Amino acid sequence: MVDRFEYADVRVDGDDGPIVAGFSARVPREGLTVIVGPSGAGKTTLLRLLNRLDDPDGGAVRYEGRDVREYDVLELRRRVQLVGQVPVTFPGTVADNLGDIDAAALLARVGLHVPLTREADRLSVGEAQRLALARALGRGPEALALDEPTSALDTASKGGIERLVRQLADDGLTVVMVTHEPRHASELADHVIEVAPLRREDP
Amino acid sequence: MTAPVSMTDVAISVGLVVVAMVVSWRRKVGLEQDMLVATVRSFVQLIAVGYVLEFVFGGHGALTIGVLLVMVGTATLTSGSRARRVPHARKIAAVSVTAAAVATLGFLTLLGIVPTAARAVVPIGSMIISAAMNTTSLVMMRLHDDLAANRREVEARLSLGETSHEAAAPWHRAALRHGMLPSVDQTKVVGLVALPGAMTGLILAGASPFEAVRLQLVVMYMLLGGSAFAALVAGELTVRRLFTPAHQLIRSLRRTPS
Repeated sequence: MVDRFEYADVRVDGDDGPIVAGFSARVPREGLTVIVGPSGAGKTTLLRLLNRLDDPDGGAVRYEGRDVREYDVLELRRRVQLVGQVPVTFPGTVADNLGDIDAAALLARVGLHVPLTREADRLSVGEAQRLALARALGRGPEALALDEPTSALDTASKGGIERLVRQLADDGLTVVMVTHEPRHASELADHVIEVAPLRREDP
Repeated sequence: MTAPVSMTDVAISVGLVVVAMVVSWRRKVGLEQDMLVATVRSFVQLIAVGYVLEFVFGGHGALTIGVLLVMVGTATLTSGSRARRVPHARKIAAVSVTAAAVATLGFLTLLGIVPTAARAVVPIGSMIISAAMNTTSLVMMRLHDDLAANRREVEARLSLGETSHEAAAPWHRAALRHGMLPSVDQTKVVGLVALPGAMTGLILAGASPFEAVRLQLVVMYMLLGGSAFAALVAGELTVRRLFTPAHQLIRSLRRTPS
């Protein structure tokens, strides 16, 4: 079976030298794939290649066996939902953030128990992260790309988001999660991709 | 005061600049040098322009287009270097300023509100070009800075499948507003805070205040229209230059630390 994603000899250049070079890896369709490594290893950059917020300067990223650049980018982004490290809420209520979709069902799926009429900017960071996930799920994606989804959260909310991410993968979504916590790789992941920094990070 | 201003009068009024320079020096404001440069530059520039306009108005009306082109060119360079962080800022400025000038001047001359004589088209055109230049700079800079500052939200919108125009919409709107606001405010308080240039000129030249007011109204509405037009064109072109065709922020905006 063809992999969901494949990185083939990928290079991404930064302002002073490559951020990622010669990177190859596969993300299977099933389960939770964790990309783990220290900060500065280019993990976020790797994730952004999946929905084309960034493009590689060398090599290719494939989705379902085809170069991501061959897809209509808006269609690709609908199918591959990326949720950033710091949750972004849009102006308006929780319902406004979710749009015309079945908001109540989505909130239940991500375990967010707040009224639909709550102003989104009054949610806690943990709640906002769940809202961002609900919004992404509302687009009906095949894959979720999560950038350190627990790093902005306190310890209490971390466990909840980790269980939710695990659950989404068990429900059949391809989930790719970037993290700097080795524990995520050993305890949560079905597949692990390790990345190392190319050079010493500037202090 | 309908008598022409003589060179002696100009020389005497320089006395006011000297006063300003002395104040600047005594209070350590540090603007003496700039004031000197500004005074000399304005003298040389305006005397030169005076000669050029005297020549153009004196039976060389065909040169009107050339004069307007020089003005558009200068406005383009000025606005382009103000917003140099926007790729192709100069091109954007050239198109926006030209579009605003052509549309507004075209409207006024075709309807016969402004005669096509050089004596009318040059000063009217210069006012439009200068307003369009300011608007274009404001729109370009604001849009760039807002998208850089709100990169996270812009990319969250893109990630949900919005197009670059949809993702930029809140800041696009804010930039148009920012660019047009000076013209709108100026139009609101006209006559209450300051008697504007065109009207002052006519009154000094001996025209009746009502005659001066009618011209000034046309000028104000024209500047509002020209500024709106420049803002629309500049906003549209700037959004296109700040995103790639694949609905990504351009690299310089993607890599801004946020």
